[in-house]
Amino acid sequence: MDLLVDEVDMLYDVPNGEAVQALKDVSFQLGGGRLLTLLGPSGCGKTTLLNILAGFLAPTSGTVSLGGAPITKPGPERGMVFQQGALFEWLSVNKNISFGPRMKRADRAETSAKVEDLLNTVGLQGFGDKRIYELSGGMQQRVALARCLANDPDVILMDEPLGALDALTREKMQGLVLKLWQETGKTIVLVTHSVEEALYLGDQLFVMAPRPGRIEYTYELPFAKVGLEVEPRELKSSPEFIEKREEILSLIWEMEEQIMGGGVS
Amino acid sequence: MTPIETDPKVDTPNSRPGWLKSRQTSSRKTVSFGDSSSVRSLPLWSLISLLLVLLVWYLVTKAWGFPDDFRASVEAANKADGKRFSDANLLVECKVSDQCDESMYTQVLGPRRFPTPMDTLRGFNTLRAEGYKNISLWAHTGASLWRIVRGMFFGIIVGVPVGFSMGLSSRLRGFFDTFVEALRPVPPLALLPLFALWFGIGDRTAYFLLIFASIWIMVIAARAGVQAVNLSKVRAAYSLGASKRQVLFRVILPNALPDLFTGIRVAIGVSWGTVVAAELLGVSTGLGAMIFQARNFFRLDIMVAGIVIIALIGVLMDMLMRLLESILIPWRGKG
Repeated sequence: MDLLVDEVDMLYDVPNGEAVQALKDVSFQLGGGRLLTLLGPSGCGKTTLLNILAGFLAPTSGTVSLGGAPITKPGPERGMVFQQGALFEWLSVNKNISFGPRMKRADRAETSAKVEDLLNTVGLQGFGDKRIYELSGGMQQRVALARCLANDPDVILMDEPLGALDALTREKMQGLVLKLWQETGKTIVLVTHSVEEALYLGDQLFVMAPRPGRIEYTYELPFAKVGLEVEPRELKSSPEFIEKREEILSLIWEMEEQIMGGGVS
Repeated sequence: MTPIETDPKVDTPNSRPGWLKSRQTSSRKTVSFGDSSSVRSLPLWSLISLLLVLLVWYLVTKAWGFPDDFRASVEAANKADGKRFSDANLLVECKVSDQCDESMYTQVLGPRRFPTPMDTLRGFNTLRAEGYKNISLWAHTGASLWRIVRGMFFGIIVGVPVGFSMGLSSRLRGFFDTFVEALRPVPPLALLPLFALWFGIGDRTAYFLLIFASIWIMVIAARAGVQAVNLSKVRAAYSLGASKRQVLFRVILPNALPDLFTGIRVAIGVSWGTVVAAELLGVSTGLGAMIFQARNFFRLDIMVAGIVIIALIGVLMDMLMRLLESILIPWRGKG
């Protein structure tokens, strides 16, 4: 199922009367089962783009559609994973994961079997009855992934899902994201600040630029496909990976310097 | 934050008992002045301050306390019910005919206008055993509590939906803002004379006054509760396929519960203050009514005992609410 973004413009009104162009002429087509990472300096509109795909924002002009159906509001076919704070802390882990199926009054036995299955998938077996606030940040993001998968969405949108985690947990969770992608074959769009993460996870990578927010460079990457077969540290320190990393880092540096007016390094 | 590992050799079980010392982790901190997390209320010092208050109360009132003959004459006058008997009864008479002046008070009471702790305790025992004016202490207390419960019930079932609607719709926010902002600053007691005209002197006035006292607090609490909802949670729920109704009842309502609870606690405090004053007018039951009646008969011991009971019930209700809160909303502050 293809995700189609056609000439999307997004203008924000800011309090002093000016309009900020958050996105300009953004167009792309993402095939089913791809993992797209969006990377760019702050203010490049990557989160805005994700919110448009989720249906939380309507673009000023242009269209977005999934499998031919226009996206106008949030829906269960497009799951969302937030950075943090989006879990329901008054519910247990089980009830968080089963939230989607319960909203559409799915069969209870089926749902609880599905929840048990997902707990295993994300490595949280035995934690089903815990409360959200009893879990570490990494475990909470595992719940967020499982909650999203419970609805069996066509596309999973991730807004810096690992951004709030410590470096070690983050590496571990990157492996989980890859595993879920390869096992489920879902289309994933992932926004990140980390060049390494964008390279490691992205089967396709867009580097976005600010003012106006736009897609500046696109990459097809080999790393995500082999990411689980090779030792992650080895892959990340391979010459190909390092070359790409430095290339993209200097692109982003250039953008930052243009914004700052050069000078500071 | 992980707790600091304490060295078992230092914190041996036979060191000072827990109620005397600060928390174990804090005892290892080298900087505690200015670190509010290492400051807690030590029960021993609370006990010391309580004893200090009682001691000062005793020392101050011992010299000025009621002489025994005065208490006897007051009690006799009260028993004789209206018959002129003593100085105290004279004061009752002058109260009724509204001809008291400051000099008459001083003449009879002198500067002795406060009972000793023992007088108060005796007053409390009398209350407990016999009640006051043929109504038991429990009936008085129950009457006050029942008024609060009834008033707050309506305050909550009207205030919470209004507050929610203000947090969810710009139109309704604008519509209700006028009422809420205009009426919220009005102290309930300022309406007492007006309500007394409308609803008559008696129970109904107290009842409406208590609704008025709690409703704005609940509106503000409910509005704050809705506004405190993390946008990500609401968006996540919609993305998971929830309808507006499901978002309201399964995300916004549980999210607002901590704020609603805080609102209820504040409303109980304000209602408690209002009920005592509301009982001034034309009701015969309730702790407020009891205190005012005792005043007319110069039973300062009953008055002060009543005040202490009001304070104790206030503390107990707050403790009860905190307990309920920890049972019903254990996730509070952990989002």
